[in-house]
Amino acid sequence: MTSDLRAVLTEPIVRRNPVTVQILGVCSALAVTSQVATALVMGVALTATTCASNVAISLIRGALPRSIRLIVEITIIASLVIVVDQVLQAYAPAMSKQLSVFVGLIVTNCIVLGRAEAFASRSGPWASFLDGLGNGAGYALVLFAVATVREVLGTGTFLGATVLRTVAAGGTYEPVDLLLKPVGAFFLLALLVWGLRAARLAPDDEEAS
Amino acid sequence: MGDRRPPPVPVRPSWFARLRALPPDDPKRTLLFALAVAVVCATVVSTTAVALRPRQRANREAERRVQLRDIVARLPGVEALFARTGASEVETLAIDLATGAPAPSVEAATFDPRKAAADPTAGVAIPGDLDVAGLERRARHAVVYVVKDGGRVEVVVLPVEGSGYGGLIRGFVAMRGDGNTILALSFFEHLETAGVGARIDDPAWRARWQGKQARDPEGRLRVGVATARLDPADAPYQVDGISGATITSEAVGNLLRYWLGDHGFGPFLRTLR
Repeated sequence: MTSDLRAVLTEPIVRRNPVTVQILGVCSALAVTSQVATALVMGVALTATTCASNVAISLIRGALPRSIRLIVEITIIASLVIVVDQVLQAYAPAMSKQLSVFVGLIVTNCIVLGRAEAFASRSGPWASFLDGLGNGAGYALVLFAVATVREVLGTGTFLGATVLRTVAAGGTYEPVDLLLKPVGAFFLLALLVWGLRAARLAPDDEEAS
Repeated sequence: MGDRRPPPVPVRPSWFARLRALPPDDPKRTLLFALAVAVVCATVVSTTAVALRPRQRANREAERRVQLRDIVARLPGVEALFARTGASEVETLAIDLATGAPAPSVEAATFDPRKAAADPTAGVAIPGDLDVAGLERRARHAVVYVVKDGGRVEVVVLPVEGSGYGGLIRGFVAMRGDGNTILALSFFEHLETAGVGARIDDPAWRARWQGKQARDPEGRLRVGVATARLDPADAPYQVDGISGATITSEAVGNLLRYWLGDHGFGPFLRTLR
């Protein structure tokens, strides 16, 4: 793998992370991160969707008429999201129930369309695949970090296993209810963005809406 | 043979090559491209949906069974019954409410009573004077759960619902095989006020229903909630309401009166006797 391709894969994981740097995909990052398990599944689902849509769009990029470019991209992404949702319903029904609408809403996740537009529509399929993988991993990493803090401090568990015994269960830990609410995730995400920028791990000159 | 070869035909480029030669934003090419994307995407989506459907259906069925098992297992006496008979399965039965007869045309696993109630053909309007539960419409059919001991029906679990103080109250009432004796009542969905109407979930209050009769020996429907003082003559049929939660208590009494009555499960319960 050339260094260029390696950068395509690794850059979006921390330095150009889609969530903390470009502030994309925040809605689902707030919604599914009260538990680590749901955050991980969501991360995998989004990574799969981004990889597949990037490859598909890269393959047809030469023939794609400009006037219907966005429509075609969204059609492909929506189809892939339906496939992911159906697979989850068939093979992980309990998880699919917990994630409820948020799997379907991957279609509106700016990361997927953003990568299709910004990268896959002008790069080869292999590079696009790596770009999808890297951005998906960056998203999953943020979700995992936020979910870990929320689950451990909010319910005293990690992946369902008790870490801190709560008062209700006879222990001494008083869970922080605020963290289980979406607003708690918002604060955590803000702290994470601030922390990464303060540590100069992420550029602070780049921002997207 | 000599020179009888036909003159060379000019090679016409294939339709595909001609299409490719068009500029990318040519309307014809755009239209065809859109069509191709639509066809491919539709094929992918529908193939996935069809291929995974059996698995998804099995998952849904398993989930419903778990929920029902949960509700049934908490009924007093049911655990003992399961232990005694060795039966652990609850039979699902779709019935026609008007006749009480089984309705094999209804697929029990996917039956949605609320959707059916709203449907102009699968649902019926409840006449105003009979609509004590405040439902306005109900489905023509219902899915009930039957626990059998040998061939004999021991317990039937009926889904019931009615308007409460805060919204729809939904639950199950378990009846003995005689179709008249209440074994248990539980609610899986309601919007009653916490600490007031929500006390219908209180096990102590629900336990009072155990052993109550729906009808007296003359066949009159007597079941209900007494919101004033409970008349000793009504004691075999009624329970005291929850103080401070008159509307919710009455709603529970009314939904039982509706669903155990002639417009509800009455015809089905008669078939059990």
